[in-house]
Amino acid sequence: MITVENLTKSFQGVSALNGVTLDVEAGTVLGVVGPSGAGKSTLARCVALLERPDSGAIRVDGTDITSLDGSALRAARRQIGVVPQGDSLLRQRTAAGNIALPLESAGVPGPQRRTRVGELLDLVGLTDKAASYPDQLSGGQRQRIAVARALAANPSVLLADEPTSALDPETTGSVLTVLDRARAELGVTVLIVTHDMGVVRKICDDVAVLEQGRVVEHGKVLDLVNNPISRTSSALLPAVDLNPINESSYDRVADVVLVGFAAVGALLPEAAHRFGVELNIVGGGLTRLGETPVARFRLGLNGERSDSALEWIGEAGGAVQRSLKGPQGVAA
Amino acid sequence: MRSATPWSDVFSFLLEATGETLYMVGVSTVIATVLGVPVGVWLQLTAQGGLRPNAAVHRILGFVTDLGRSMPFIVLLVALTSVTRLIVGGSIGSTAVIVPLAVGAIPFVGRLVQNILSEVHVTVVEAAITTGASTLRIVRGVLIRESLPALINAIGVTVIALIGYSAMAGVIGGGGLGDLAIREGYQRFNDRILWSTVAWLAVLTTVIQFGFTRAARASDRRRHASV
Ligand SMILES: Nc1ncnc2c1ncn2[C@@H]1O[C@H](COP(=O)(O)OP(=O)(O)O)[C@@H](O)[C@H]1O
Ligand SMILES: [Mg+2]
Repeated sequence: MITVENLTKSFQGVSALNGVTLDVEAGTVLGVVGPSGAGKSTLARCVALLERPDSGAIRVDGTDITSLDGSALRAARRQIGVVPQGDSLLRQRTAAGNIALPLESAGVPGPQRRTRVGELLDLVGLTDKAASYPDQLSGGQRQRIAVARALAANPSVLLADEPTSALDPETTGSVLTVLDRARAELGVTVLIVTHDMGVVRKICDDVAVLEQGRVVEHGKVLDLVNNPISRTSSALLPAVDLNPINESSYDRVADVVLVGFAAVGALLPEAAHRFGVELNIVGGGLTRLGETPVARFRLGLNGERSDSALEWIGEAGGAVQRSLKGPQGVAA
Repeated sequence: MRSATPWSDVFSFLLEATGETLYMVGVSTVIATVLGVPVGVWLQLTAQGGLRPNAAVHRILGFVTDLGRSMPFIVLLVALTSVTRLIVGGSIGSTAVIVPLAVGAIPFVGRLVQNILSEVHVTVVEAAITTGASTLRIVRGVLIRESLPALINAIGVTVIALIGYSAMAGVIGGGGLGDLAIREGYQRFNDRILWSTVAWLAVLTTVIQFGFTRAARASDRRRHASV
Protein backbone atom coordinates (compact mmCIF):
# COMPACT_ATOMS: atom_id res chain seq x y z
CA MET A 1 0.00 0.00 0.00
CA ILE A 2 2.66 2.45 1.06
CA THR A 3 6.33 1.90 0.44
CA VAL A 4 9.28 4.05 1.35
CA GLU A 5 12.37 3.41 -0.70
CA ASN A 6 15.85 4.49 0.21
CA LEU A 7 14.74 7.82 1.60
CA THR A 8 17.43 10.32 2.52
CA LYS A 9 17.13 13.77 3.98
CA SER A 10 19.68 16.04 5.59
CA PHE A 11 19.46 19.46 7.19
CA GLN A 12 22.43 21.76 6.62
CA GLY A 13 24.63 18.79 5.94
CA VAL A 14 23.43 16.87 9.00
CA SER A 15 21.79 13.68 7.91
CA ALA A 16 18.39 12.93 9.47
CA LEU A 17 17.34 10.05 7.19
CA ASN A 18 19.96 7.76 5.87
CA GLY A 19 18.36 5.47 3.30
CA VAL A 20 15.11 4.46 4.94
CA THR A 21 13.20 1.61 3.32
CA LEU A 22 9.86 0.46 4.67
CA ASP A 23 6.57 -0.92 3.55
CA VAL A 24 3.14 -0.99 5.11
CA GLU A 25 0.64 -3.51 3.86
CA ALA A 26 -2.86 -2.25 3.10
CA GLY A 27 -5.08 -2.22 6.18
CA THR A 28 -2.30 -2.78 8.69
CA VAL A 29 -0.75 -0.61 11.37
CA LEU A 30 2.98 0.06 11.34
CA GLY A 31 4.67 1.57 14.36
CA VAL A 32 7.88 3.48 13.73
CA VAL A 33 9.82 3.59 16.97
CA GLY A 34 13.24 4.76 17.99
CA PRO A 35 15.06 7.11 20.33
CA SER A 36 14.68 10.88 20.21
CA GLY A 37 16.50 12.35 17.23
CA ALA A 38 16.39 9.08 15.28
CA GLY A 39 14.58 10.76 12.39
CA LYS A 40 11.02 9.61 13.11
CA SER A 41 9.43 13.02 12.67
CA THR A 42 11.48 13.74 9.58
CA LEU A 43 10.22 10.49 8.07
CA ALA A 44 6.66 11.36 9.07
CA ARG A 45 6.98 14.86 7.58
CA CYS A 46 8.28 13.43 4.31
CA VAL A 47 5.35 11.01 4.11
CA ALA A 48 2.97 13.86 5.03
CA LEU A 49 4.43 15.82 2.10
CA LEU A 50 5.51 18.64 4.38
CA GLU A 51 9.18 17.99 3.69
CA ARG A 52 10.78 16.97 0.42
CA PRO A 53 13.32 14.17 0.73
CA ASP A 54 16.76 14.65 -0.87
CA SER A 55 16.42 11.31 -2.63
CA GLY A 56 14.37 8.15 -2.61
CA ALA A 57 10.70 7.49 -3.23
CA ILE A 58 7.47 7.28 -1.30
CA ARG A 59 4.86 5.25 -3.14
CA VAL A 60 1.18 5.17 -2.33
CA ASP A 61 -0.53 2.51 -4.42
CA GLY A 62 2.55 2.36 -6.59
CA THR A 63 2.76 6.07 -7.43
CA ASP A 64 5.73 8.10 -6.27
CA ILE A 65 4.42 11.17 -4.47
CA THR A 66 7.69 12.89 -3.60
CA SER A 67 8.07 15.02 -6.68
CA LEU A 68 4.55 16.35 -7.14
CA ASP A 69 3.66 20.04 -7.39
CA GLY A 70 0.63 22.28 -7.43
CA SER A 71 -2.78 20.65 -7.60
CA ALA A 72 -1.33 17.15 -7.98
CA LEU A 73 0.53 17.70 -4.70
CA ARG A 74 -2.65 18.91 -2.98
CA ALA A 75 -4.57 15.91 -4.31
CA ALA A 76 -1.87 13.56 -3.01
CA ARG A 77 -2.03 15.28 0.37
CA ARG A 78 -5.73 14.44 0.51
CA GLN A 79 -4.79 10.77 0.06
CA ILE A 80 -2.77 10.92 3.26
CA GLY A 81 -4.56 11.89 6.45
CA VAL A 82 -2.20 13.43 8.97
CA VAL A 83 -2.44 13.72 12.75
CA PRO A 84 0.42 16.13 13.43
CA GLN A 85 2.65 16.15 16.49
CA GLY A 86 1.16 18.59 19.02
CA ASP A 87 -1.92 20.80 19.11
CA SER A 88 -3.09 21.35 15.56
CA LEU A 89 -6.78 22.25 15.70
CA LEU A 90 -8.09 25.65 14.63
CA ARG A 91 -9.08 27.30 17.89
CA GLN A 92 -11.61 29.55 16.20
CA ARG A 93 -13.56 26.65 14.73
CA THR A 94 -15.81 24.10 16.38
CA ALA A 95 -14.90 20.43 16.50
CA ALA A 96 -17.23 19.86 13.55
CA GLY A 97 -15.70 22.82 11.68
CA ASN A 98 -12.22 21.41 12.16
CA ILE A 99 -13.25 18.00 10.85
CA ALA A 100 -14.83 19.69 7.82
CA LEU A 101 -11.57 21.38 6.79
CA PRO A 102 -10.26 18.65 4.43
CA LEU A 103 -13.72 18.35 2.90
CA GLU A 104 -13.75 22.08 2.16
CA SER A 105 -10.30 21.77 0.60
CA ALA A 106 -11.62 18.95 -1.55
CA GLY A 107 -14.65 21.01 -2.60
CA VAL A 108 -17.23 18.67 -1.08
CA PRO A 109 -20.62 20.45 -1.06
CA GLY A 110 -22.25 21.50 2.24
CA PRO A 111 -24.90 18.82 2.81
CA GLN A 112 -22.52 15.94 2.04
CA ARG A 113 -19.94 17.61 4.23
CA ARG A 114 -22.28 17.68 7.20
CA THR A 115 -23.19 14.02 6.77
CA ARG A 116 -19.55 13.00 6.61
CA VAL A 117 -18.62 15.12 9.63
CA GLY A 118 -21.44 13.41 11.55
CA GLU A 119 -20.09 9.97 10.65
CA LEU A 120 -16.61 10.90 11.81
CA LEU A 121 -17.80 12.40 15.09
CA ASP A 122 -19.56 9.10 15.64
CA LEU A 123 -16.44 7.12 14.78
CA VAL A 124 -14.37 8.97 17.37
CA GLY A 125 -17.21 8.95 19.90
CA LEU A 126 -17.58 12.72 20.19
CA THR A 127 -20.98 13.35 18.61
CA ASP A 128 -22.01 15.43 21.62
CA LYS A 129 -18.99 17.71 21.17
CA ALA A 130 -19.75 18.76 17.59
CA ALA A 131 -20.36 22.39 18.56
CA SER A 132 -17.55 22.64 21.12
CA TYR A 133 -14.43 24.68 20.49
CA PRO A 134 -11.00 23.11 21.01
CA ASP A 135 -10.46 25.10 24.21
CA GLN A 136 -13.51 23.39 25.67
CA LEU A 137 -12.15 19.90 24.98
CA SER A 138 -9.67 17.78 26.89
CA GLY A 139 -6.32 16.85 25.34
CA GLY A 140 -7.56 13.38 24.44
CA GLN A 141 -10.75 14.73 22.90
CA ARG A 142 -8.78 17.25 20.84
CA GLN A 143 -6.54 14.48 19.59
CA ARG A 144 -9.55 12.36 18.61
CA ILE A 145 -10.94 15.32 16.68
CA ALA A 146 -7.56 15.61 14.95
CA VAL A 147 -7.83 11.93 13.99
CA ALA A 148 -11.37 12.50 12.69
CA ARG A 149 -10.13 15.47 10.64
CA ALA A 150 -7.31 13.37 9.21
CA LEU A 151 -9.84 10.74 8.13
CA ALA A 152 -12.46 13.14 6.76
CA ALA A 153 -11.50 13.10 3.09
CA ASN A 154 -11.34 9.29 2.98
CA PRO A 155 -7.58 8.99 2.76
CA SER A 156 -6.06 5.60 2.09
CA VAL A 157 -3.20 6.29 4.50
CA LEU A 158 -3.38 7.66 8.02
CA LEU A 159 -0.19 9.08 9.48
CA ALA A 160 0.19 10.04 13.13
CA ASP A 161 3.29 11.56 14.72
CA GLU A 162 3.42 10.89 18.48
CA PRO A 163 -0.38 10.97 18.72
CA THR A 164 -0.31 10.10 22.41
CA SER A 165 2.86 11.74 23.66
CA ALA A 166 1.10 14.48 25.66
CA LEU A 167 -1.61 12.24 27.08
CA ASP A 168 -2.09 10.24 30.27
CA PRO A 169 -2.37 6.44 29.95
CA GLU A 170 -6.17 6.34 30.08
CA THR A 171 -6.60 9.01 27.41
CA THR A 172 -3.89 7.35 25.35
CA GLY A 173 -6.11 4.27 25.32
CA SER A 174 -9.06 6.20 23.91
CA VAL A 175 -6.96 7.69 21.10
CA LEU A 176 -5.45 4.31 20.22
CA THR A 177 -8.92 2.76 20.19
CA VAL A 178 -9.98 5.38 17.66
CA LEU A 179 -6.95 4.67 15.46
CA ASP A 180 -7.68 0.97 15.66
CA ARG A 181 -11.34 1.54 14.68
CA ALA A 182 -10.17 3.58 11.69
CA ARG A 183 -8.20 0.62 10.46
CA ALA A 184 -10.91 -1.90 11.22
CA GLU A 185 -13.93 0.05 9.96
CA LEU A 186 -12.45 2.19 7.20
CA GLY A 187 -9.65 -0.11 6.12
CA VAL A 188 -7.04 2.65 6.14
CA THR A 189 -3.36 1.84 6.30
CA VAL A 190 -1.89 3.38 9.44
CA LEU A 191 1.63 4.61 10.13
CA ILE A 192 2.26 5.69 13.72
CA VAL A 193 5.46 7.37 14.85
CA THR A 194 6.01 6.93 18.55
CA HIS A 195 8.62 6.47 21.22
CA ASP A 196 6.11 4.60 23.38
CA MET A 197 6.37 0.81 23.09
CA GLY A 198 2.92 0.64 24.71
CA VAL A 199 1.48 1.97 21.45
CA VAL A 200 3.19 -0.83 19.53
CA ARG A 201 1.97 -3.37 22.06
CA LYS A 202 -1.64 -2.19 21.76
CA ILE A 203 -2.29 -1.61 18.07
CA CYS A 204 0.65 -2.25 15.76
CA ASP A 205 0.80 -5.23 13.41
CA ASP A 206 4.28 -4.33 12.24
CA VAL A 207 7.10 -2.37 13.75
CA ALA A 208 10.13 -0.58 12.34
CA VAL A 209 12.94 0.50 14.62
CA LEU A 210 14.74 3.63 13.50
CA GLU A 211 18.16 4.57 14.78
CA GLN A 212 20.27 7.44 13.47
CA GLY A 213 18.22 7.69 10.31
CA ARG A 214 18.35 3.99 9.53
CA VAL A 215 15.87 1.16 9.87
CA VAL A 216 17.62 -1.36 12.08
CA GLU A 217 14.67 -3.72 12.46
CA HIS A 218 11.44 -4.14 10.54
CA GLY A 219 8.85 -6.87 10.64
CA LYS A 220 5.69 -8.26 12.16
CA VAL A 221 5.48 -7.65 15.87
CA LEU A 222 4.52 -11.26 16.59
CA ASP A 223 7.47 -12.55 14.55
CA LEU A 224 9.94 -10.18 16.14
CA VAL A 225 8.96 -11.06 19.70
CA ASN A 226 9.77 -14.66 18.86
CA ASN A 227 13.27 -13.63 17.93
CA PRO A 228 15.27 -13.49 21.14
CA ILE A 229 17.89 -11.06 19.86
CA SER A 230 15.45 -8.53 18.40
CA ARG A 231 15.21 -5.09 19.98
CA THR A 232 11.48 -5.38 19.68
CA SER A 233 11.29 -8.47 21.85
CA SER A 234 13.47 -7.01 24.56
CA ALA A 235 11.44 -3.81 24.54
CA LEU A 236 8.01 -5.42 24.40
CA LEU A 237 8.19 -8.51 26.53
CA PRO A 238 8.27 -8.70 30.32
CA ALA A 239 11.76 -8.79 31.77
CA VAL A 240 12.84 -12.22 32.93
CA ASP A 241 15.76 -11.24 35.12
CA LEU A 242 14.19 -8.93 37.65
CA ASN A 243 14.79 -11.38 40.47
CA PRO A 244 18.10 -13.18 40.74
CA ILE A 245 17.62 -16.93 41.02
CA ASN A 246 19.72 -19.68 42.43
CA GLU A 247 20.58 -21.65 39.32
CA SER A 248 22.07 -24.52 41.26
CA SER A 249 18.63 -25.55 42.46
CA TYR A 250 17.58 -26.47 38.90
CA ASP A 251 18.83 -28.98 36.35
CA ARG A 252 17.95 -26.63 33.51
CA VAL A 253 17.16 -22.92 33.27
CA ALA A 254 15.67 -21.55 30.03
CA ASP A 255 13.67 -18.60 28.72
CA VAL A 256 10.60 -19.27 26.69
CA VAL A 257 8.23 -17.06 24.69
CA LEU A 258 4.66 -18.22 24.31
CA VAL A 259 2.27 -16.58 21.86
CA GLY A 260 -1.50 -17.02 21.90
CA PHE A 261 -4.16 -18.26 24.31
CA ALA A 262 -3.49 -21.95 23.78
CA ALA A 263 0.25 -21.72 24.25
CA VAL A 264 0.14 -19.42 27.25
CA GLY A 265 -2.57 -21.41 28.98
CA ALA A 266 -1.68 -25.04 28.37
CA LEU A 267 1.81 -25.64 27.03
CA LEU A 268 3.80 -25.56 30.26
CA PRO A 269 1.54 -27.74 32.41
CA GLU A 270 1.29 -30.23 29.58
CA ALA A 271 5.07 -30.39 29.15
CA ALA A 272 5.51 -30.96 32.87
CA HIS A 273 2.91 -33.71 32.82
CA ARG A 274 4.13 -35.39 29.63
CA PHE A 275 7.79 -35.61 30.64
CA GLY A 276 7.36 -35.96 34.34
CA VAL A 277 9.50 -32.94 35.14
CA GLU A 278 9.11 -30.27 37.76
CA LEU A 279 8.67 -26.99 35.97
CA ASN A 280 8.90 -23.68 37.83
CA ILE A 281 8.28 -20.18 36.51
CA VAL A 282 11.08 -18.23 38.14
CA GLY A 283 10.83 -14.95 36.21
CA GLY A 284 9.06 -13.03 33.48
CA GLY A 285 5.38 -12.55 32.99
CA LEU A 286 2.44 -12.04 30.71
CA THR A 287 1.58 -9.19 28.37
CA ARG A 288 -0.76 -8.59 25.49
CA LEU A 289 0.06 -7.66 21.91
CA GLY A 290 -3.17 -6.38 20.46
CA GLU A 291 -5.64 -9.16 21.30
CA THR A 292 -2.96 -11.81 21.62
CA PRO A 293 -1.65 -12.82 25.03
CA VAL A 294 2.12 -13.24 24.97
CA ALA A 295 4.28 -14.53 27.76
CA ARG A 296 7.97 -14.61 28.37
CA PHE A 297 8.95 -16.80 31.26
CA ARG A 298 12.21 -17.90 32.77
CA LEU A 299 11.80 -21.55 33.63
CA GLY A 300 13.63 -23.65 36.13
CA LEU A 301 13.32 -27.36 35.41
CA ASN A 302 14.11 -30.39 37.49
CA GLY A 303 13.97 -33.93 36.21
CA GLU A 304 15.80 -36.33 33.94
CA ARG A 305 13.81 -35.44 30.87
CA SER A 306 14.15 -31.63 31.20
CA ASP A 307 15.84 -31.28 27.79
CA SER A 308 13.12 -33.30 26.10
CA ALA A 309 10.47 -31.16 27.77
CA LEU A 310 12.12 -27.97 26.48
CA GLU A 311 12.47 -29.45 23.02
CA TRP A 312 8.82 -30.45 23.02
CA ILE A 313 7.77 -26.92 24.07
CA GLY A 314 9.74 -25.63 21.10
CA GLU A 315 8.08 -28.03 18.71
CA ALA A 316 4.65 -27.29 20.11
CA GLY A 317 4.96 -23.63 19.17
CA GLY A 318 6.75 -22.01 22.06
CA ALA A 319 10.05 -20.29 21.38
CA VAL A 320 12.67 -21.56 23.76
CA GLN A 321 14.99 -18.66 23.53
CA ARG A 322 17.94 -19.58 25.54
CA SER A 323 19.06 -22.37 27.68
CA LEU A 324 20.93 -20.64 30.45
CA LYS A 325 21.96 -23.85 32.03
CA GLY A 326 22.60 -27.03 30.11
CA PRO A 327 22.96 -27.56 26.33
CA GLN A 328 22.55 -24.34 24.34
CA GLY A 329 20.32 -23.64 21.41
CA VAL A 330 17.25 -25.70 21.99
CA ALA A 331 15.30 -23.39 19.75
CA ALA A 332 12.04 -23.74 17.89
CA MET B 1 -12.46 90.26 27.28
CA ARG B 2 -15.09 88.97 24.91
CA SER B 3 -17.90 86.79 26.04
CA ALA B 4 -17.56 83.03 25.71
CA THR B 5 -18.91 81.33 22.61
CA PRO B 6 -22.49 80.21 23.27
CA TRP B 7 -22.77 76.44 23.95
CA SER B 8 -25.08 76.03 20.98
CA ASP B 9 -22.31 77.30 18.71
CA VAL B 10 -19.74 75.05 20.40
CA PHE B 11 -22.00 72.10 19.71
CA SER B 12 -22.43 72.93 16.05
CA PHE B 13 -18.65 73.44 15.72
CA LEU B 14 -18.09 70.05 17.35
CA LEU B 15 -20.72 68.39 15.21
CA GLU B 16 -19.22 69.64 11.97
CA ALA B 17 -15.65 68.82 13.01
CA THR B 18 -16.64 65.35 14.19
CA GLY B 19 -18.20 64.69 10.83
CA GLU B 20 -14.99 65.76 9.07
CA THR B 21 -12.79 63.68 11.37
CA LEU B 22 -14.94 60.56 11.02
CA TYR B 23 -15.02 61.02 7.25
CA MET B 24 -11.23 61.43 6.93
CA VAL B 25 -10.38 58.68 9.41
CA GLY B 26 -13.14 56.32 8.31
CA VAL B 27 -12.30 56.37 4.61
CA SER B 28 -8.54 56.22 5.16
CA THR B 29 -8.95 53.31 7.62
CA VAL B 30 -10.94 51.37 5.04
CA ILE B 31 -8.31 52.07 2.37
CA ALA B 32 -5.43 51.27 4.75
CA THR B 33 -7.11 48.01 5.75
CA VAL B 34 -7.91 46.94 2.21
CA LEU B 35 -4.34 47.62 1.10
CA GLY B 36 -2.44 47.09 4.37
CA VAL B 37 -3.77 43.60 5.15
CA PRO B 38 -2.47 42.19 1.85
CA VAL B 39 0.88 43.83 2.55
CA GLY B 40 0.97 42.12 5.95
CA VAL B 41 -0.09 38.80 4.42
CA TRP B 42 2.56 39.12 1.72
CA LEU B 43 5.23 39.94 4.31
CA GLN B 44 4.25 36.87 6.34
CA LEU B 45 3.99 34.55 3.31
CA THR B 46 7.48 35.44 2.14
CA ALA B 47 9.03 35.36 5.63
CA GLN B 48 11.34 32.52 6.62
CA GLY B 49 9.09 29.63 7.58
CA GLY B 50 6.14 31.23 5.79
CA LEU B 51 3.99 29.52 3.20
CA ARG B 52 5.97 31.00 0.29
CA PRO B 53 9.38 31.90 1.72
CA ASN B 54 11.24 34.37 -0.48
CA ALA B 55 14.06 36.25 1.20
CA ALA B 56 14.53 38.85 -1.56
CA VAL B 57 10.86 39.83 -1.85
CA HIS B 58 10.51 39.82 1.92
CA ARG B 59 13.49 42.08 2.45
CA ILE B 60 12.49 44.63 -0.19
CA LEU B 61 8.88 44.72 0.97
CA GLY B 62 10.02 45.02 4.58
CA PHE B 63 12.36 47.86 3.71
CA VAL B 64 9.68 49.85 1.90
CA THR B 65 7.20 49.20 4.72
CA ASP B 66 9.57 50.38 7.41
CA LEU B 67 10.54 53.42 5.36
CA GLY B 68 6.86 54.35 5.09
CA ARG B 69 6.37 53.86 8.81
CA SER B 70 9.30 56.03 9.76
CA MET B 71 8.03 58.99 7.71
CA PRO B 72 6.58 61.76 9.94
CA PHE B 73 2.97 62.33 8.95
CA ILE B 74 3.37 66.07 8.56
CA VAL B 75 6.06 65.45 5.94
CA LEU B 76 3.85 62.98 4.11
CA LEU B 77 1.00 65.50 4.18
CA VAL B 78 3.05 68.09 2.36
CA ALA B 79 5.14 65.79 0.21
CA LEU B 80 2.13 64.04 -1.25
CA THR B 81 0.41 67.22 -2.40
CA SER B 82 0.86 66.54 -6.10
CA VAL B 83 -0.15 62.91 -5.78
CA THR B 84 -3.21 63.98 -3.86
CA ARG B 85 -4.18 66.47 -6.54
CA LEU B 86 -3.87 63.74 -9.14
CA ILE B 87 -6.10 61.35 -7.20
CA VAL B 88 -8.80 63.58 -5.71
CA GLY B 89 -8.56 66.52 -8.11
CA GLY B 90 -7.53 69.01 -5.42
CA SER B 91 -4.96 69.42 -2.71
CA ILE B 92 -6.95 70.96 0.12
CA GLY B 93 -9.96 69.95 2.18
CA SER B 94 -10.99 66.82 4.07
CA THR B 95 -10.92 64.60 1.01
CA ALA B 96 -7.39 65.67 0.21
CA VAL B 97 -6.24 64.61 3.70
CA ILE B 98 -7.45 61.06 3.11
CA VAL B 99 -4.63 60.35 0.66
CA PRO B 100 -1.68 60.99 3.02
CA LEU B 101 -3.58 59.43 5.95
CA ALA B 102 -4.16 56.23 3.99
CA VAL B 103 -0.64 56.16 2.56
CA GLY B 104 0.83 56.63 6.04
CA ALA B 105 -1.39 53.94 7.53
CA ILE B 106 -0.79 51.18 4.94
CA PRO B 107 2.72 50.25 6.16
CA PHE B 108 1.56 50.69 9.76
CA VAL B 109 -1.25 48.20 9.21
CA GLY B 110 1.06 45.95 7.17
CA ARG B 111 3.54 45.46 10.00
CA LEU B 112 0.83 45.02 12.62
CA VAL B 113 -0.85 42.38 10.46
CA GLN B 114 2.38 40.51 9.78
CA ASN B 115 3.22 40.36 13.49
CA ILE B 116 -0.23 39.06 14.28
CA LEU B 117 -0.24 36.42 11.52
CA SER B 118 3.17 35.16 12.59
CA GLU B 119 1.63 34.21 15.95
CA VAL B 120 -0.51 31.46 14.40
CA HIS B 121 1.21 28.22 15.40
CA VAL B 122 3.13 26.41 12.72
CA THR B 123 1.48 23.07 13.60
CA VAL B 124 -1.94 24.57 12.92
CA VAL B 125 -0.82 25.91 9.55
CA GLU B 126 0.88 22.63 8.64
CA ALA B 127 -2.21 20.67 9.62
CA ALA B 128 -4.16 22.78 7.14
CA ILE B 129 -1.49 22.18 4.48
CA THR B 130 -1.85 18.43 4.92
CA THR B 131 -5.58 18.68 4.19
CA GLY B 132 -4.65 19.74 0.67
CA ALA B 133 -5.85 23.31 1.16
CA SER B 134 -4.63 25.94 -1.29
CA THR B 135 -2.49 28.84 -0.10
CA LEU B 136 -5.40 31.25 -0.55
CA ARG B 137 -7.65 29.04 1.56
CA ILE B 138 -5.01 28.79 4.28
CA VAL B 139 -4.51 32.57 4.31
CA ARG B 140 -8.23 33.22 4.62
CA GLY B 141 -9.43 30.28 6.64
CA VAL B 142 -6.46 29.77 8.93
CA LEU B 143 -4.10 32.74 9.18
CA ILE B 144 -6.72 35.48 9.07
CA ARG B 145 -9.60 33.65 10.72
CA GLU B 146 -7.46 32.36 13.58
CA SER B 147 -6.11 35.85 14.28
CA LEU B 148 -9.31 37.78 13.62
CA PRO B 149 -9.69 39.07 17.20
CA ALA B 150 -6.15 40.47 17.16
CA LEU B 151 -6.66 41.89 13.67
CA ILE B 152 -9.82 43.71 14.72
CA ASN B 153 -7.96 45.17 17.68
CA ALA B 154 -5.17 46.25 15.32
CA ILE B 155 -7.66 48.12 13.13
CA GLY B 156 -8.92 49.82 16.30
CA VAL B 157 -5.37 50.89 17.12
CA THR B 158 -5.05 52.21 13.57
CA VAL B 159 -8.25 54.26 13.87
CA ILE B 160 -7.03 55.88 17.08
CA ALA B 161 -3.64 56.62 15.52
CA LEU B 162 -5.31 58.12 12.46
CA ILE B 163 -7.49 60.37 14.63
CA GLY B 164 -4.21 61.64 16.08
CA TYR B 165 -2.62 62.18 12.66
CA SER B 166 -5.75 63.85 11.32
CA ALA B 167 -5.23 66.64 13.86
CA MET B 168 -2.62 67.95 11.44
CA ALA B 169 -5.17 68.08 8.63
CA GLY B 170 -5.61 71.77 9.28
CA VAL B 171 -2.33 72.37 7.49
CA ILE B 172 -4.06 71.70 4.19
CA GLY B 173 -7.50 72.87 5.27
CA GLY B 174 -8.89 69.47 6.10
CA GLY B 175 -10.81 70.56 9.19
CA GLY B 176 -11.76 68.03 11.83
CA LEU B 177 -11.56 67.99 15.61
CA GLY B 178 -7.82 68.52 15.90
CA ASP B 179 -8.01 71.52 13.62
CA LEU B 180 -10.94 72.91 15.63
CA ALA B 181 -9.01 72.62 18.88
CA ILE B 182 -5.89 74.26 17.44
CA ARG B 183 -7.36 76.96 15.21
CA GLU B 184 -10.58 77.95 16.98
CA GLY B 185 -9.51 76.98 20.48
CA TYR B 186 -5.79 77.40 21.04
CA GLN B 187 -4.85 80.09 18.55
CA ARG B 188 -7.92 82.27 19.40
CA PHE B 189 -7.58 81.72 23.14
CA ASN B 190 -11.06 80.22 23.19
CA ASP B 191 -10.81 77.93 26.20
CA ARG B 192 -14.39 76.78 25.97
CA ILE B 193 -13.86 75.39 22.46
CA LEU B 194 -10.40 74.06 23.25
CA TRP B 195 -11.43 72.08 26.32
CA SER B 196 -14.78 70.97 24.93
CA THR B 197 -12.95 69.54 21.94
CA VAL B 198 -10.35 67.85 24.10
CA ALA B 199 -13.05 66.30 26.28
CA TRP B 200 -15.05 65.22 23.28
CA LEU B 201 -11.96 63.67 21.66
CA ALA B 202 -11.34 61.70 24.84
CA VAL B 203 -14.92 60.44 24.84
CA LEU B 204 -14.84 59.65 21.12
CA THR B 205 -11.58 57.66 21.23
CA THR B 206 -12.73 55.79 24.32
CA VAL B 207 -16.00 54.82 22.66
CA ILE B 208 -14.21 53.75 19.47
CA GLN B 209 -11.67 51.73 21.44
CA PHE B 210 -14.47 50.09 23.41
CA GLY B 211 -16.33 49.24 20.21
CA PHE B 212 -13.33 47.54 18.66
CA THR B 213 -12.54 45.64 21.83
CA ARG B 214 -16.11 44.36 21.94
CA ALA B 215 -16.05 43.39 18.27
CA ALA B 216 -12.75 41.59 18.74
CA ARG B 217 -14.12 39.69 21.68
CA ALA B 218 -17.31 38.82 19.81
CA SER B 219 -15.20 37.30 17.04
CA ASP B 220 -13.12 35.23 19.49
CA ARG B 221 -14.46 31.74 19.99
CA ARG B 222 -11.89 30.98 22.62
CA ARG B 223 -13.76 33.09 25.16
CA HIS B 224 -16.15 30.16 25.51
CA ALA B 225 -13.38 28.20 27.18
CA SER B 226 -14.85 28.31 30.67
CA VAL B 227 -18.48 27.79 29.62
N1 LIG C 1 14.06 21.44 10.32
C1 LIG C 1 15.21 20.93 10.78
N2 LIG C 1 16.35 21.64 10.71
C2 LIG C 1 17.51 21.12 11.16
N3 LIG C 1 17.64 19.92 11.70
C3 LIG C 1 16.55 19.15 11.81
C4 LIG C 1 15.27 19.62 11.36
N4 LIG C 1 14.36 18.64 11.59
C5 LIG C 1 15.03 17.62 12.16
N5 LIG C 1 16.35 17.92 12.30
C6 LIG C 1 17.38 17.01 12.85
O1 LIG C 1 17.21 15.74 12.28
C7 LIG C 1 17.37 14.73 13.25
C8 LIG C 1 16.11 13.88 13.36
O2 LIG C 1 15.09 14.65 13.96
P1 LIG C 1 13.61 14.12 14.11
O3 LIG C 1 13.17 13.57 12.81
O4 LIG C 1 12.79 15.21 14.69
O5 LIG C 1 13.78 12.94 15.17
P2 LIG C 1 12.71 12.22 16.11
O6 LIG C 1 11.34 12.62 15.69
O7 LIG C 1 12.98 10.77 15.94
O8 LIG C 1 13.01 12.65 17.51
C9 LIG C 1 17.74 15.44 14.54
O9 LIG C 1 19.13 15.41 14.66
C10 LIG C 1 17.23 16.82 14.34
O10 LIG C 1 18.01 17.74 15.05
MG1 LIG D 1 9.62 13.59 16.75
